Amino acid sequence: MSAARVGVVTFPGTLDDQDAARAVRHAGGEAVPLWHADPDLKGVDAVFLPGGFSYGDYLRCGAISRFAPLMEELIPAARAGLPVLGTCNGFQILCEAHLLPGALMRNAGLHYICRDQRVRVESTATPWTSDFTEGQEIVLPIKHGEGRYVADAATLAALEAGGQVVFRYAGSNPNGSMNDIAGIRNEAGNIVGLMPHPEHAVEDLTGAPSTDGRGFFSSILKRLVNL
Amino acid sequence: MARVIVDVMLKPEILDAQGQAIARALPRLGFSAVASVRQGKRFEVELDGPVDDAALADVRKMAETLLANTVIEDYTVTVERAES
Repeated sequence: MSAARVGVVTFPGTLDDQDAARAVRHAGGEAVPLWHADPDLKGVDAVFLPGGFSYGDYLRCGAISRFAPLMEELIPAARAGLPVLGTCNGFQILCEAHLLPGALMRNAGLHYICRDQRVRVESTATPWTSDFTEGQEIVLPIKHGEGRYVADAATLAALEAGGQVVFRYAGSNPNGSMNDIAGIRNEAGNIVGLMPHPEHAVEDLTGAPSTDGRGFFSSILKRLVNL
Repeated sequence: MARVIVDVMLKPEILDAQGQAIARALPRLGFSAVASVRQGKRFEVELDGPVDDAALADVRKMAETLLANTVIEDYTVTVERAES
């Protein structure tokens, strides 16, 4: 059986695509490079939107990427159920594209934060988190200046009631996000966005704080192989 | 050239961390009467033709889809110069 194919998107200014592709391969999948200007998903089974500073974060983080030719293909595919994971800038792009509710704003303390962060897994009911257990605490790197999740009161209540909060910061909240939210999913569960970086935490060799990021990739590959 | 201004501001209920930092800096410079500051964005959109209803509707659509994120921001559209 051929390996599950996970697309990794590169925009101008994307930084983490190489780590994301490596993490996919590390877990046994095939990483398929997707280019922002090429409106072709190349038949991938899932998509990883990595972090970075796409389009220099001009206007708002993710605001211009959201209209890239590739996104015109990705948005309807994601709405139709294609598993999509966005980390950091990828999360910001998913919010700007209205694939996930709410928005990500400048950190409450205004500082860019780069540190190892404890994160609690709140939902395993997604194709990206099924290998974790609910309530499990993991440690992942965070590195962002605009990670403060905000949404209006009704949206926030709906996220909480629907079990759509997938990750919460544990210990301390680094950026002032509402309800300590670190990551969320859409109603259907196929689209997940989070500020922390699982793709930077898959190998001891790189000095990562953990290898907890592996769970994201093993989850999606199991899901795709069992389809 | 005809010119339309789009002003984008965070919704009142959204914490404006940058505006707060500016407000905290101003008293240190001797501006003691500042109660609060909110930071926004101003876009000057120049148009080739006159600003008729259709052109104005287009600018509103630009504001809605790209210039502002209406999840967190409000915008206003003002015609500064209607004729080119």
